[in-house]
Amino acid sequence: MDKRNNKGWLFLLPAVLFLGFFMVYPLVDVFIYSFEEGYNSASQTFFGVGAYNYSYVLHDPYFLQAVKNTFILVIITVPVSTGVALLISAGLNSVKKLNKLFQTIYFLPYVTNTLAVGLVFMILFKKTAYSDGLINLFIELFGGSSVDFISGPYWAKMFVLCFYTIWVVMPFKVLILTSALASVNPQYYNAAKVDGTSKLRTFTKITLPMISPMLFYLIITAFIGAFKAYSDAVALFGTDLNAAEMNTIVGYIYDMLYGNSGGYPSFASAAAIVLLVIVLTITCINSLISKKYIYY
Amino acid sequence: MKVVLQNLSKVFPNRSKKGLADVIAVNDFTFEIPDGKLVGLLGPSGCGKSTTLNLICGLQTPTGGKIFFGDDDVTNLPPENRGVGLVFQNYALYPHLSVQQNILFPLQNLKGADKLSKSEMLAKAREAAGLVQIDELMSRKPSELSGGQQQRVAIARALVKMPRILLLDEPLSNLDARLRLQTREELRRIQRETRITTVFVTHDQEEAMSISDIIVVMRSGVAEQIGEPQEVYDNPVNLFVAKFLGSPPINVFSGKVADGSLFIGEDAVLNISGVQNQEVFVGVRPEGFVLDKAGPLRCKLSRVEVMGRDVSIISTHGASVNPIVRSIINAESAENFSTAEVRFAVKPAKVFVFNKETEERVFFEVR
Repeated sequence: MDKRNNKGWLFLLPAVLFLGFFMVYPLVDVFIYSFEEGYNSASQTFFGVGAYNYSYVLHDPYFLQAVKNTFILVIITVPVSTGVALLISAGLNSVKKLNKLFQTIYFLPYVTNTLAVGLVFMILFKKTAYSDGLINLFIELFGGSSVDFISGPYWAKMFVLCFYTIWVVMPFKVLILTSALASVNPQYYNAAKVDGTSKLRTFTKITLPMISPMLFYLIITAFIGAFKAYSDAVALFGTDLNAAEMNTIVGYIYDMLYGNSGGYPSFASAAAIVLLVIVLTITCINSLISKKYIYY
Repeated sequence: MKVVLQNLSKVFPNRSKKGLADVIAVNDFTFEIPDGKLVGLLGPSGCGKSTTLNLICGLQTPTGGKIFFGDDDVTNLPPENRGVGLVFQNYALYPHLSVQQNILFPLQNLKGADKLSKSEMLAKAREAAGLVQIDELMSRKPSELSGGQQQRVAIARALVKMPRILLLDEPLSNLDARLRLQTREELRRIQRETRITTVFVTHDQEEAMSISDIIVVMRSGVAEQIGEPQEVYDNPVNLFVAKFLGSPPINVFSGKVADGSLFIGEDAVLNISGVQNQEVFVGVRPEGFVLDKAGPLRCKLSRVEVMGRDVSIISTHGASVNPIVRSIINAESAENFSTAEVRFAVKPAKVFVFNKETEERVFFEVR
């Protein structure tokens, strides 16, 4: 290795150390724990080595429930939030007057505390002894019967969770997409206009490819973010998510480590590795698909 | 298709609050572009030439006046219904589409009765590509093309739908000098072959003069002079046009008309009639000088530039408005200059006289 190469490593050192300590080491550690049966972090002991942790986790109905919840959350919130954000951004971009005001309004939820938003959702959806909640009032107004969204049927709770997640991730997406849309050279639109291109075709054939790198970034991060969802569920349904049938994979890992059923770091590690494999697979699939459609 | 601009005006309202006047980009412009001609809109930046182009293609709507394509009033028609092809200054090729897809794009927009089958589209795209000689580049992306090739693709894209009018915005300004000469000829050839009425905008007078059938010299939103390039060059209506056309530029002197003589400073260069005594600007084209040991115009020699075919004599004169007087003479008639003074006679046809106040042309006869 010559001198110039050494210098390069020196520049990389801070990042390498940081990533090594806080990412690679824990990752390897978790991987090892996931194969150590009954590992105890206090005494640093375990009974044996094997795949039992995985077998336990994969047969645990709470984990399966969490996986199901997480997948539903991902499948619903990723396309809906990205699609709606795209619509809102395109709308914002075409509005000339008060454009900045609208942008600010749409960005407000981003700077609002998650738990505060959770509180607002409670007021909207929660059914108590004194009130049915705002949404139920509307449902009753149009002749429906009230639904308990917070502690009622599964689909109602899932609806609120998805709604909440979409609401929380929307502002960031709108922000990114409006700036991406604004950065498209208007000359392309003029060229399309002179050639008699319809609005829809202009959007799908010119706008979308031009902002595709940003869109792809948002979709990837949305997938990862949704797979790692946890705090949203807590904000709505409290900490006992297993009882509410609203647990997520990250919630399950947390519970295994610290929750009511806490004290099982081996199971938590196995679940974490399963999550890692899922996220990695999805991201790889995303990357492969994107190569075909993304224009840089 | 002839194009008629009738009292065309475009005013941009002033957006600053300081009470500045509105910007009049195009002011009462009336002009008829004959069918099948290549017209150059020429002027310094900010003269309204690009705005005029945008008005013709419909990307901007006029604040006054009318535009006709043939007998159709297109003033309020959106650009997509005007049947124009526009080549943008920086081409605006869709970067994510291949050359072929770019050229096909306008055809794929056609709807209803005009809709073409896939093979018809391909045939048309090939034809357009052949016209601008880019057949071999069809599968490339615009970023893989040189500036000149991108330019051709842009022209092909504008031509493929057989526009009624072809518009080009500064078509050559992004090309290097050599390519510019080549593309200029190419434009001329394509226009001749397609016989599509073509309007292009440029600030380069040489470009406009070399390929246009008609040039329009614009200043501050007003067409100062319209005519064939040579005619405008030989017969400018005012000092602005005279100064704007010609490379190297015209030499301008302050002078006067007195007692049947045209004076440059103190030198009586021509005997003229038909003009009242007045203070004037005298413009002399660089090729309007003749070396003459007994000539009336006495200049101080600065240096001689030998360009091969001809020789530029750079000198100074007390009455000159420009810092130098540049005269171009044949290399054969050049001699060794030993004195500090160089004397010229002038060719009357290359001398233009302008009123000092209005800068309008003053016509004279040589006695």
